[in-house]
Amino acid sequence: MTGPHQIVLLPAQQSYLGLPGPLLQLLMLLVALGAFAWIINRRAALLRRGAPDPRLDNIGARVKRALVVGFGQSRQPRYRVAGILHILIFFGFLVLSLRSLTLIGEGFSAGFTLPGLGGALGGAYALLKEWTALVVILCCVVAAVRRLAVKPARYHDRNATGSHTGEALLILGLISFLMVADTLYEASHAVLGGEAVPASFPLVKAAAALLGGAGTNLLNTVHLGSFWLHNAALLFFLCYLPVSKHFHVISAIPNVFFSKLAPTGTVKPPRYEEPDMDKIEKLGVGSLEEFTWKHILDFYSCTDCGRCSDSCPAYASGTPLSPRMISIKSRDLAYAAYPVRGKFPPEGTITPLVGPFIAEGEIWACTTCGACEEACPVTIEYLDKIVDMRRHLVDEGDVPATLQKPMADLEKKGNPYGKMPRKRGDWTGLKDVPPCGVKTLKKGEETDLLVFTDSCAAFDPRIQEISRSLGRLIELAGLDAGTLGKDEADSGHEARRLGEEGLFEDLRDRNLEALEQRGFNRLVTPDPHAFNALTHDYDELKQPVLHHSQLLDELTAAGTLTIMGNGGPTRTVTYHDPCYLGRHNGLYDAPRRVLGRLPGVKTVEMERSRNRSFCCGGGSLYLFYEGECDRRMGEIRLEMAEKAGADTVVTACPFCLINLEDAIKTTGREGKMEVMDLAELVEQSLPGEQPS
Amino acid sequence: MEIIVCIKRVPDVSEAELDIDRSGQGIDEADLVYGINEWDNFAIEAAVQLKEAHGGTVTAITVGGEDDEEVLRRALAMGADEALHLRDEAFEGSDARGIATILHKAISSRPHDLVLTGAISGDEGSGHVGGMLAAMLGIRQVALATALTVDRSRATVRHEVEGGLERVVELDLPALVTVQTGLNEPRYVSIRGIRKVSGMEIPVAGAADLGIDPATVGLTGAQVVTEELFIPPRGEGAEILEGDDDDMVDTLIERLREHGGL
Repeated sequence: MTGPHQIVLLPAQQSYLGLPGPLLQLLMLLVALGAFAWIINRRAALLRRGAPDPRLDNIGARVKRALVVGFGQSRQPRYRVAGILHILIFFGFLVLSLRSLTLIGEGFSAGFTLPGLGGALGGAYALLKEWTALVVILCCVVAAVRRLAVKPARYHDRNATGSHTGEALLILGLISFLMVADTLYEASHAVLGGEAVPASFPLVKAAAALLGGAGTNLLNTVHLGSFWLHNAALLFFLCYLPVSKHFHVISAIPNVFFSKLAPTGTVKPPRYEEPDMDKIEKLGVGSLEEFTWKHILDFYSCTDCGRCSDSCPAYASGTPLSPRMISIKSRDLAYAAYPVRGKFPPEGTITPLVGPFIAEGEIWACTTCGACEEACPVTIEYLDKIVDMRRHLVDEGDVPATLQKPMADLEKKGNPYGKMPRKRGDWTGLKDVPPCGVKTLKKGEETDLLVFTDSCAAFDPRIQEISRSLGRLIELAGLDAGTLGKDEADSGHEARRLGEEGLFEDLRDRNLEALEQRGFNRLVTPDPHAFNALTHDYDELKQPVLHHSQLLDELTAAGTLTIMGNGGPTRTVTYHDPCYLGRHNGLYDAPRRVLGRLPGVKTVEMERSRNRSFCCGGGSLYLFYEGECDRRMGEIRLEMAEKAGADTVVTACPFCLINLEDAIKTTGREGKMEVMDLAELVEQSLPGEQPS
Repeated sequence: MEIIVCIKRVPDVSEAELDIDRSGQGIDEADLVYGINEWDNFAIEAAVQLKEAHGGTVTAITVGGEDDEEVLRRALAMGADEALHLRDEAFEGSDARGIATILHKAISSRPHDLVLTGAISGDEGSGHVGGMLAAMLGIRQVALATALTVDRSRATVRHEVEGGLERVVELDLPALVTVQTGLNEPRYVSIRGIRKVSGMEIPVAGAADLGIDPATVGLTGAQVVTEELFIPPRGEGAEILEGDDDDMVDTLIERLREHGGL
């Protein structure tokens, strides 16, 4: 509806208490940018005190990651509603930033437009901006409702002492305010100018209708007021980011750019700048400054979204660990010890973190499953931090009593069970045990396939059955296979991830020596932890390493192992992805292909399958560790299998088998559910085979 | 405060299948794995904790051969300041009194406010050395300590006595305390920790250095000698009684009567 043309006061052309518009805008900019630069410098100063961390390798991959995960928000949709909201707000923000820049420009010169955004393109942008603003405001409203009413469980951590709801609402409010202020600015301009607002601009149209009857003075007050308030709010927003949990708005994409490119199953060296561990005075991280600069950047980038802890099996089972709280507590400490205002601690200050702020119980409760890292939308790393903090505790001698014995046994006997080393090869067949087609190799002997069982599959009576099952399958396939026998030591995989780097090196060197003394073309292991160690921790090993599911895939695909129905029961089977096969090494399909070839087997998938798999509680020598918890992870996982409708859970990892079988017993599901290793199920499906 | 800790390297027999060796007086050591005696580990930890609280030095001492040096290094890695290796062919085959004699000679010539030993060793399990050593040194002793604090020159010790009871005693230093497992939570010693002390010099003292007449120690001086070591013959399996409590008690009384127990 058109109206009479009134005088429009343009912001750049007015004076405010004697200050011309452009000067006011300039002053605001200088103050805000100055404050922002000061704050960022303070934040960066702590990064400069962190340990070195080389993150400029493979720039191409880094750029790609920043584009896909950072800009592309590729991890957001995992939590669908929140994910969509965030994607819309994020892209809306990018679109609207052009408008914000334009408005800053209008403070200097009336009618300012960004280069290229005059004319037709400007008109198109204006339309885009309008609808973007509408969507963003709606998203903010929905987000606020989620904060205040829906209250998803992961928003508030059970270990949190404070709450970020206030900050969240402030940000939502600020974002909405920016949109509202801009709308009022445009609407008052339209009413003053007597222009009709088309229906294609619903926000401005509605605002114009509200302002319809107002007088010239009021309209101009609204016009100028909304302009300057918009710009002030924007500049305040900018400065507020690095002092709040929304620092991620600035640091998220750099954080993704600098993220760890090495496979998640690898562990960072104790100190990048010193390769010889014996020359390092203090090992590991016990204080803030001992973290690498990238890990400190991780703390800054944490959005407190809670997805990591929501995915964490240790959190779900009631241990003191909550990954997100590690980030939040560390950040709170960083903000407190290295404040934006006030005295900055002198160079060389040490701010103790482990002990006063992060309890040992949190650090030992981690199984290194990697679910947290998989879930984080800004690629925060947790495993290297946990290992670094463990290294510190080990160096100090602060290891829980329940872990000391298995670690001492690893050192002295090469296995955490304390069993006699000379019996390590006995599973292949000795006296009362029938042989299974895998021989023990003496020094100098050769074979095609080297079977590296690692300690669990060598000594645990239940898992020895799997090793023998695998052995029989290998024999049926006509392959030549052998083991290191009693010269095999534990792979050292858990020792390393428990922070005992020296013990890991010891065990690794013993195995490398034993391996060098024998000839073989490739290795196979039924243990994903050993698979991970041999693949990533044993740099000197040249031969390819297979997990037994890959071998079985190969053999069943080629028909070397002929699968035939034997009238066995129809099972409803669900495959449980082991952390170190699936998430850490991306091997999800080989076991599923094998299952797909087995007759009488119907497969169902658990909701949390593949890279969302829920850890059974096997890593970090968890079988020995007695930390506080409400339930065992295996029990939680078994419930998920039951929910999927399975009567059989198929595993491909010794620890998964043990934990899930234990869970069947402790939850009284004997006779109703069963756990089997992939090798055992394959063996059952062979013609004329009876399970042994 | 000058603290001496007497430690021993013993085989880990928890999972081992023990075989008697050819002499019939010892065990076949071929496949055995050795380490610090568990009770002594608690003693070292106690010593280091006391030093950290009150100042002073901790000296770890062992009587043994070349291989036994490893437990001294481990004690150094845990925080002991010095170590002393008492080593001489003449010491081999010593009984408990012989060991106590050797330790006595080494300790009496140095300052000692508190001497700690493990209550027993994981192999012999005699529990004799601590008491004998205290008597030779002429100092007070308490055995099987489950709690230990020191205030200036007075030690307060909670220890196990018969009947599952515990008693708290106070004694003036110098004193000797034998330590029960569970006294504290020993710190972990990492491989790196051991490597850090691998270069430290550990002095060795033999019979001549200590002024010991070889005839009084070793196999020659032993007053307790092992005649024979054997694995007890396997008897018949255990019988598990069934029925309700009254029935089981009746059956038990009957069995005890039959076998001359009542």
